Parts: sequence; structure tokens; C-alpha cells
Amino acid sequence: MVRFLVTRLAGMVGVLFLVVLFTYAIFFALSPDPAVQICGKNCTPELIDQIRTNLGLDRPFYEQFLGFLSGLFVGTTYGTGANAIDCAAPCLGYSFQTGQPVLEMFEQRFGVSATLAVGAAVLWLFMGVAGGMLAAIKKGTWFDRAATGAALGGVSIPNYVLALVLQYVLVVKLGWLPFPQAVPFGADPGQWFLNFVMPWLVLAFTYASMYQRLTRANVLDTLDENFVRTARAKGLAPRLVWRRHALRPALTPVVTLFGMDFAGLLGGAIIIETVFGLNGVGKMASDSITKNDQPVIMGVTLVAAFLVIVGNVIVDIVYTTIDPRVRIGARA
Amino acid sequence: MSALLEVEDLTVTFRTAHGPVDVVDGLSFTLERGASLGIVGESGSGKSMTSLAVMGLLPPTASLRGRVSLDGAELTALPESKVRRLRGDRMAMIFQDPLSSLNPYYSVGMQIEEAYRAHRAGVTRRQARKVAVEAMERVHIADAARRVDHYPHQFSGGMRQRVMIAMALSTEPDLLIADEPTTALDVTVQAQILDLLQEVRRETGTALVLISHDLAVVSEIAEDVVVMRHGLAVEQAPAERLFSDPRHPYTRALLDAVPRIDDEIGELRAIDSIDVVGGKA
Amino acid sequence: MTISMTTLEAETGGAPSVGVAPPAPRQGVWHHLLRNRGAVLALSYIALVALLAVAAPLVVKLSGWGPYEFDQSAIDPNLGGLPIGPLGGISAEHWFGVEPGTGRDLFARIVYGARTSMLIAIAATTLTTLLGVLFGLLAGYHGGKVDQVVSRVMDFLMAFPALIFMIAILSALPASNRAPLLVLVISVFGWPYLARVVRGQTMTLTQREFVEAARASGASGWRIVLLEILPNLRSTIIVMTTLAVPGYIGTEAGLSFLGVGVVPPTPSWGQMIAQSMSWYAVDPVYFLLPGTFLFLLVLSFTVLGDRLKDVVDAGERR
Repeated sequence: MVRFLVTRLAGMVGVLFLVVLFTYAIFFALSPDPAVQICGKNCTPELIDQIRTNLGLDRPFYEQFLGFLSGLFVGTTYGTGANAIDCAAPCLGYSFQTGQPVLEMFEQRFGVSATLAVGAAVLWLFMGVAGGMLAAIKKGTWFDRAATGAALGGVSIPNYVLALVLQYVLVVKLGWLPFPQAVPFGADPGQWFLNFVMPWLVLAFTYASMYQRLTRANVLDTLDENFVRTARAKGLAPRLVWRRHALRPALTPVVTLFGMDFAGLLGGAIIIETVFGLNGVGKMASDSITKNDQPVIMGVTLVAAFLVIVGNVIVDIVYTTIDPRVRIGARA
Repeated sequence: MSALLEVEDLTVTFRTAHGPVDVVDGLSFTLERGASLGIVGESGSGKSMTSLAVMGLLPPTASLRGRVSLDGAELTALPESKVRRLRGDRMAMIFQDPLSSLNPYYSVGMQIEEAYRAHRAGVTRRQARKVAVEAMERVHIADAARRVDHYPHQFSGGMRQRVMIAMALSTEPDLLIADEPTTALDVTVQAQILDLLQEVRRETGTALVLISHDLAVVSEIAEDVVVMRHGLAVEQAPAERLFSDPRHPYTRALLDAVPRIDDEIGELRAIDSIDVVGGKA
Repeated sequence: MTISMTTLEAETGGAPSVGVAPPAPRQGVWHHLLRNRGAVLALSYIALVALLAVAAPLVVKLSGWGPYEFDQSAIDPNLGGLPIGPLGGISAEHWFGVEPGTGRDLFARIVYGARTSMLIAIAATTLTTLLGVLFGLLAGYHGGKVDQVVSRVMDFLMAFPALIFMIAILSALPASNRAPLLVLVISVFGWPYLARVVRGQTMTLTQREFVEAARASGASGWRIVLLEILPNLRSTIIVMTTLAVPGYIGTEAGLSFLGVGVVPPTPSWGQMIAQSMSWYAVDPVYFLLPGTFLFLLVLSFTVLGDRLKDVVDAGERR
């Protein structure tokens, strides 16, 4: 168990390192000169050189990369003398567009993304998992057919299309809901809810559909398992057969998937935030892409990768507590 | 007093895309307390469906006609909740594939305890655990007190089948149905499991229905044999008579398919003597 | 992106039912598929879109307007360039109406957008399948060191935040010719999901008698893999591939929607939807048309994949 954890954590650090290296190398090789970009209109070659030196852009790749890495762990200082700017660890650099520290931009926007993710997750777990279980129990009934049909539609409709349809109907035509804005909960809980409910629904619907399909298929597969027949042969109450012997094996893969999906969403729901104009991490990512703001793109990629990889490790750890076959290697 | 198990004109019908199909067709037999019966046939002969019908575990697409009585109680007339109380208590069953028949998520001890507690109201976990350890000892699982907390994947195939038998015996049932209990196992282990079933029957007085495609396996244990084909019982006779004087051509064909039956039994016996039972899995 | 890769993995790779079995007779599969109404409808729609894509220049000649022609007479400059007429300017002249602001013919852009979607989806599917099967076979058949290296690479790619990384790469790369890049990026992140299943099944098959027999008779490694193992993986590959196609279509549309996919003026459904966002309140037809076409295409491939899986599973159970 301890060895397993150590291996997993080492693997996680390795993957993270590779993500940083890949992303950095690609930006280093491909992006247009940021110094020119920062310099703006009234630019002279001397000014560009000055910026290059300040940002360390004149140094070779590996030096820049090491500089970036050490910035992540111990912080870094841009420029010299009076112009020097200190960037404390974990330093993700400064936006070329606004000059704001990338980390600070994150902190300002993370709340919106987290609100979106948590609200949607509650909805989709309920609709997807409960819906999938119910559909499996009532296989072949009208409920099963309706739920399964809805889920099929849900996995097929791109969420930005659904977002536009809902926004057109509920906001433009019927006027039931406001145009979504990230109203803080503290400011006005009612408005907060009304503003987030549509993004939650749209985001949750796609995931709920996937989870419904997965849950239903898993439950049906598990009910066919021989050990469920054994449980019935023991004369267990149907409730116990269902809860102990069918549900736990059927829901284990769902737990795995949930950890990864949720971690991914914390790193920003790019499409939903863009469509609804919610100022979260995802919106920040798509804006920085449009404006070619490299430090921000780098930062978002890294933080998203970090979240997904941490999510993966957490899932693995949870998995070991759920599934004894992972916890205890084959054969004692 | 009536026989332990009476099956009368049992017919099991499956609804299929091509209309109803009788997988068991008018089968009748009786089994006295402590007796043993073998049901032999190829796959698809309806032998497994017979056992599921007795247990009340037929799949929902199957329907049943005829009468099944356990110790005078007509199972086929009882509501499911009543049959459930008998299932796992008075009648128990073990299956072909002991790995997939055990739930990988729970320790074997928990799975045995569960079988026991399902039929003994008010039993504490500690008492149930004691029963589980005893049951595992009875089927010769060495170091049962420790092994009780292990998970199915930590046991070998033969040991898993022992666990299944321990689970079935924990409630001291009157009837044990073993559906191809040795088919998924290695030849040496097969003999051990058959010996164990014999021993258990001797010691506990449980009646046994042994289902197999293999006449050699059935001949080891069964006092009476039913030969099934296409859902019909083609021949029913005491084992000795069936082997010495098979009347139905199909029975003869089955016997011919198992050449040198005596040799093979002799061989299996020989293996018995190298008793590795209870060894480390 | 409509279908996350992890879900695809969970839905297909996770299901043990896509097992190792003798290849189902091809005729039987078609026969069963054609008897299923959902599968027939899905196939028909896919065929229709494919036909539109292939015959796009001809179709556009019939409808009269090309995808890049501006029709200033179809929009009202006083209303900020809104199409003249109801329903986004649908008329005998412009069958699906016109694009607000430019007056480009929407029918032509949908038809050419089908080209983009189908082309990218087919190319990505082909490349992903090639990579997935190749590396899966390699790792599964050789085992040992080869397997370890391939497996590590797969773990790495699957742990990667694929969408955001795709966006980052595509935004950094020159925008001149995005289509091949899209295919490449989708495939690089897509192949491990197929490879993992192929690897597992190859490992099982390698232990089977007929493979050992072939090996004992002196057949070479590649001969065994191609003649003995690959045919047995056919149904798995077909099912997994079909179920992956909607993911690729959705990914292409999603990336184009985010502005890092196909570069304008080349039309793509995702990109049309992105452009319709600023008009959706006044001209809903503009987003409903590409949205519906996209939805139905993804739906059709999903239904087809589901049915195919059912048929293959049922065949194996028999």
C-alpha cells in the first residue's frame, strides 16, 4: 500500500514535469516574439532588447526553462536594480496584456469556476447516477426508455448548442432568467442562484447523460454477475443483494470517472464559461488564447494539468479503499 | 413422512425470439433425506435450469410449470419472500466458477457471515464470524482464523470452491445442490473437492444433488442418476445399475465417451492419497 | 467538446463485453443492423452528410450560391446586416437563409462545413485507429520492455489535460493550415484508448493454442500478429472506432468553436456556431441550423456505435 502510493506520487511528479517541459518547449519554439508584443506601438529596437534582457528571453532554452521551473518553486526576480520585480513562488509570470501576475488572475477567477463545477457536479451526480440506476432497475419500461433516450440526446448535443438554445428560450424569449453573470453569493443569494442555474444545468446535462449511460450499463452488467446470483442463492433480502452486491461494483468506475471529470472542471469549463460570459478560469484561458497572452496560457495549462493529475492520484487512492484487488496484490 | 425433495412434472419454458422453448420438459424425481442424486447431461440439456428452478432462481424470461416440494412445503406455490427464507437456509447451492461466484469486493468471511446472518435473526457479527471460521475449518481451509479476512482473489480455484461450500454449509442445510462444482478446476483439485463433498455429506447428513456433464464425476458420489437430454430425462436409475446395464442408447453413448471409467476412478483415488488438502493456496 | 475521452474509455474500454471472440460473420452484423430502425436512420443520415460532403461543389451549383459569395441584397444594412425576410432569410434563393452581416449562403456553408467535419473525423479516426492498433499489438504481443515503454507513454497521454493542451498547441501554431494539425492533435491524444484494449486482448490471444501452434510451426512474429491475432480483434476495433467517431466530430467542432480549429473563411459547423453567438438573440436560425446538423451527426454515430456493440455482444453470447 505504501509502496503503491510512493510509486503513484513519483509518477505524478514525473508526468507534471513532462507537461511543464512539453508546454514550455512548444511555446518557446512556436510563439511570436513576446518582447515585440509587450513593447507595443511606440517601440524602438533598444526597448525591445531591454525587455528581452529583463525577461531573460535572450538566454538559451534550457536556461529559460530552468528559470521558469525555479520560479515555480522558489520564486524569481525580473529585471535588475530599481526596475526589478519580485515574483514569489509559485511564480507563473505576468500577463503580457495587463501586467497582472498570472497567479493573482487565477485567484480572482477560481471562485467562479469552482462554483460552476460544484453546482453542476451535484446536479449531474443526482441526475446521472440515480437516473442510471433507476433505468437499470426498470429496464424496458417507459422510464428506462425516456431516460436512456434523453441521455443519448444529451451526449450528442454539443453543450454550446444547448447553451444557446436555453439562453434564447429562457432569457431572450421568456425572460425567466437573467443573462448569466457571476454574482457573488454574498452579494445576493437569490440572484446568485438565478444567474448560475442555467450554466449549471447545461454543464450538468452533458455529464449527467454520460453518467446515466455508464451507470445503467454497469448496473446491468453487474446484475448479470455470478456473485449476484450467489447472493440471491444465499437468500439475502433483495435490498441487500442490490445494495451490497450490485451497487458497489457497478459504481466503482463511476467514482473513478467523477474524480477526473471534477478535477478537470476546476481547471475551468472553457466552453461554458465562454458561451455564458462567466469570468472564470476557462474564460481566462480562451481570452488569453485570442490575445496570444502566453504566460497566461502556460499558467492555465499547468494548473489544469496539475488538477487533473492530482485528481488522478486521489482517484487511485480512493480506488484502493474501494477495491481490495488493488489494495492487496493477487495471492497472499 | 414425505421425501426431502420432490420434483413433479417440472417444465421450464423460455420465451425467445423464435417462440417458447421448453428447456426442461416434464421432469420428475424424488430425493430422500441424506441421499445423493446425480444429474448428467451435455450443456443445454436443462440440468442447470432444473437446479435453478428448485432454488427459485430462474431468470425472469423463464416460466415454470409443475411442482417442487422441499420437505413437504410446496415451493412452487409459495410466494417469493417465503422461498427466499428457505433458500440459503434449508437448501443451498454452489456453482461452477468459484471465482466469479464470490464477490471480489468483500472478504470471504464477510460473505459467509452474510449467508448465516440472513437466516438467523439477532445473531451478532462475532457469533457469525465464529460460524464462518468453523465452516472454513470444516472444509479444511488451513489457518481459517486468519484466512477468514482474506479476499477471494487471494485464494486459489480449489480453495475458492471450498469457501463456496463453507458458505453453503454455514446454515446446515438439508439439501445442497452442486452445479458443475469441479468443472472449472484442475484435475487434481477436482478429486479433492469431490472427496470433500462426500465427506460433508457423511458428516452432516445433507442430501446432495450433483450436476455434471461428466459421468465419471457423478459416479464418484451419486446413489441415483438422472440422464438428461434436450430437457427430457432419458434414463433414471440407481448408479450401479446405470453403469452396469445402461438401457437408453444415449446413456450408452455417454458411457462410451468416458473410456476406462474404472481406470480413471482408480487414478483419481490414487491422487486422493497424496493429500494436499488444507495446504497454502 | 461533447464527449470527454475518459468517458469514451469508460463506456467502451471498460465494458468487458467487447471480448475476444471469433470474428462475427460480417453478413450477420449487417443483417442485424439493417433490421434495427435506429441504426437504419443513423446510417441514412450519415450517408446523407457524407454525400453532401463528397458532392459539395455539385450541390452548391444546384442551390446557386457558393460558400464564399457575399449577397449584399439579402441583408438589411439598416438593421446592422440582419437577413431580410423571416427565419433568417430563408427563401427560394437562399434555402437555409443567409449569414447575418455578410449575406453568405448558409446552405452552401452547411454543405461545405459537412466536408470539414467528415474529412477531419475520418482522417482522425483512421490515424487514431492505425496508431492504436499498431501500438496495442506491439505492446500486447511483445510484452516486456516494449510493453513497458508503450504503457508509460499511454499513461502519460491519458493523464494529460487533453482539451486545454490541444487549445494551447493549436493557438501557438501558425494558423495557415489547421486541418492536418487538428487531425494530428486529436489522434495523438486519442490513440491510447484503443491501444489499451487492443493490448489487453492481444495479451490474452497470445496465450491461446492457435497462436502457440502457429509459433511452433515457425511462423514469424508479424505473420502471427497479422494472420492470427488481428482478425480476432476485428469486432472490437470496429465497435470502439465507431463509438470514438462522435468524440472526434465533437472535438473538431468544439475546437473550431473556440477559434483554434478550422480557419475562416473555410466553413465548419463549430465555427459557424461560434460566429452565430453574437447574433443568436435576433437570428436564432443562424445557430440552430449548424447546431442541428452537428447534433444529428454526433447522435447518428453514437446510435450506430451502440447498436453495433449490441449486435457484436449478442453474437458473442451465442
